[in-house]
Amino acid sequence: MHVIESGNVAAATGVKLARARVIAAYPITPQTPLTEKLSELVDSNDMDAEYIPVESEHSALAVCIAASSAGSRAFTATSANGLLYMNEQIHWAAGARLPIVMCIANRGIGAPWTVWNDHQDSISQRDTGWIQLYACDHQQIIDTVIQAYYIAETVSIPVMVCYDGYLLSHTYMPFDVPDASDVDKFLPPFQPAYALDPDNPANLNTVTLPELRPDVRGNTAPAYMEIRHCLHDDMRRAIDVVQKADAEYQKIIGRGGTPLLEPYRCDDADSIAVCLGSLSFQLRDVIDTLRDEGLKIGVLGVRLYRPFPDEAIVSALSGANVVTVFEKALSYGYQGPLFSDIKSALYGQQRTPVIQNYILGLGGREIKTSDLLSALRTTGADSLELSDTPGWIGLKLQEIEDDR
Amino acid sequence: MEKKIFGRMKSHSEPGPGDAGKTGSWRVLRPVIDLKKCIPAKSGKNACFLCWLYCPDGVVTRTIPPEINYEYCKGCEICAEECPADAITMVEEAEFIEMED
Amino acid sequence: MTVKTTTLNLPEEELVHPGNRACSGCGLSLIYRIGLKALGNNTILVVPPSCLTVLQGLYPIASTRLPCLNVTFASTAAAATGVLGALRAQKNDQTIVAAWAGDGGTSDIGIQSLSGACERGENLIFICYDNEAYMNTGVQRSGTTPQGVITTTTPIKGKLQAKKDVPAIIAAHGLNYVATASASYPLDLFDKITKAKTIPGPKYLHVHTPCPAGWGFEPRYSIKIGRLAVETGLFDLYEIENSVHRLTGASEKLLKKKLKPVTDYLNTQSRFRALSKDRIEEIQKQVDAKWNGYRSSLS
Repeated sequence: MHVIESGNVAAATGVKLARARVIAAYPITPQTPLTEKLSELVDSNDMDAEYIPVESEHSALAVCIAASSAGSRAFTATSANGLLYMNEQIHWAAGARLPIVMCIANRGIGAPWTVWNDHQDSISQRDTGWIQLYACDHQQIIDTVIQAYYIAETVSIPVMVCYDGYLLSHTYMPFDVPDASDVDKFLPPFQPAYALDPDNPANLNTVTLPELRPDVRGNTAPAYMEIRHCLHDDMRRAIDVVQKADAEYQKIIGRGGTPLLEPYRCDDADSIAVCLGSLSFQLRDVIDTLRDEGLKIGVLGVRLYRPFPDEAIVSALSGANVVTVFEKALSYGYQGPLFSDIKSALYGQQRTPVIQNYILGLGGREIKTSDLLSALRTTGADSLELSDTPGWIGLKLQEIEDDR
Repeated sequence: MEKKIFGRMKSHSEPGPGDAGKTGSWRVLRPVIDLKKCIPAKSGKNACFLCWLYCPDGVVTRTIPPEINYEYCKGCEICAEECPADAITMVEEAEFIEMED
Repeated sequence: MTVKTTTLNLPEEELVHPGNRACSGCGLSLIYRIGLKALGNNTILVVPPSCLTVLQGLYPIASTRLPCLNVTFASTAAAATGVLGALRAQKNDQTIVAAWAGDGGTSDIGIQSLSGACERGENLIFICYDNEAYMNTGVQRSGTTPQGVITTTTPIKGKLQAKKDVPAIIAAHGLNYVATASASYPLDLFDKITKAKTIPGPKYLHVHTPCPAGWGFEPRYSIKIGRLAVETGLFDLYEIENSVHRLTGASEKLLKKKLKPVTDYLNTQSRFRALSKDRIEEIQKQVDAKWNGYRSSLS
């Protein structure tokens, strides 16, 4: 069924089709209409779920952690400061190996306050052990939310589905809503290995010592480090599962093919632009213009950010001479995180392109196509050495008056 | 979906005694019940059992006579303090080690 | 209250294994042991970081014969909400969800999620074991530490502020059942939890928990000291149902008796050592005024 709706509604529809059973959410711009849509779906009995209007984001994820531990499919969504308020729970959900799915309507973080889009919120959570997928348009939002549960429940790792606040959350686009019966074929009911059960009592996630200890049967049990290593190891193996989920989805629903990276005109490209989220679609117009000017250039959208698909990245980029990484986030005091990750993946490869980093769009600063065109025309033309200092696009220091 | 090969290691504890080992080793003094004074023991009836009620660790049995699990009794002395018949005295652990020798 | 439980008819089955890490003579140990007998086998427990976390055991051995969910410090009542949500989604209205938190996890860091759960009317039993400081981390002051008490963060002058009246705060949410209890009156605690199980919506129990290590007394006096708190009129056993406050058990009996002087209680614990004579007299006056109020509202 084709509809024209907002990105937030696309996400809500995905949650409904995925048959989430316990939903907890606290409103925060620009996620709010997503939670409102879900409460409307539950209130009108269009969706069979418990909707719990919690009193904070920290509690929202607490509800999901507990509901998932008790064996029910759980969902929440947030943005920016809400995500940070639940930060300790983010780490908890991953360490507890719970297949929770959460949507992030990407928004910049205070201080100072901003409600507009950038990626600092989800990027700041990249070390937590959550799988991170970035959607570029409304179709990808609804499809990725559904696939997220398949992935999460296969690998017992929570999944964050990120989409740009306002640019996607609040804009209206046409997209296809898959049939519920097809989604049911793709995504069976949640069957955890263990759910809190008085008939089978267990104590979950209590204090875990640094060293190994025997369990009640006398067998040597793992300690904290082994348990955490297991999360990391399973995350690395999740790259295959993300691809498998996409293949299955393509078979049943008919869409997919770019589970890890989304290349556009990269096959013979000398220069490749890389970014997360909807910016990659905006860059396609820039690429087309530059191709008409004779530049052999393409854009690579990164869909799976964590676990980092390093092999796929190396494969996609090592043939280029120049790589330009555009980021709406920054690891303060150093450089863009995606830039660091890509450089790290390319380290030691036989062929290493020149890589340049641009920070842009922070706090919703408009990203002008003309600025993108200039950046991509000049990068590589001038610098044939690696530049570690990120460039800034759209920064307006020179326009500020007085002697700040 | 291959469920079993993922998430094999989690902090999932099963119930059992002795998380802190044999906590009887914490004791310096051991509670000993004088069956001639103990109310249920001397009457042969179900009565009192305050030692069972107030034991924080549940190592006293509600039987005639009450029995103390010395493997886990921490020697807190609450049973001795609360016994209405003064039937419980605290005795140096050292005395029992000598006997076991 | 209908049936009063006695030592002879209290359920015998122990739901806590011995050999756990609770201190010798721990008031919480007794509350937990008796409380689980009341909650019964069809219960899921939710626990924040606290002395109970340690009592429940370090991985991989659990001392509790019930499912326990460890959660972050501020989220106890929210996590209990989540378990209840899952049970509803699974059409299970039989399994009880009981949250056990210390005074910090209830009324300081935990108060936001508790307030939210109460406002939403969640069907949980929330038991606060109040040992009047952050005991698990080594006796730092909390909101429920009484005024004047020496703790590691109020080491010389003692706590300047008064004890937070948590049952009143929770009762103000309009709960059907709020009650206080004490480790020293385990049968009363058992009956109150048993009663709470039959009442819909959130139920809150605030349980006075003597702590030998943190309060500064010999473990053998745990029960005696908790009893003195009630007998001196400092800690009252009561229920609030439909906004009506009613003294119960030993506290109710005190309406017709003379209170023991507060010094009988204060002198037993080294944590009160900084209280001046004037301050103690003030405490006695406050207690007397409170009890005069109770007695006059009866007549």
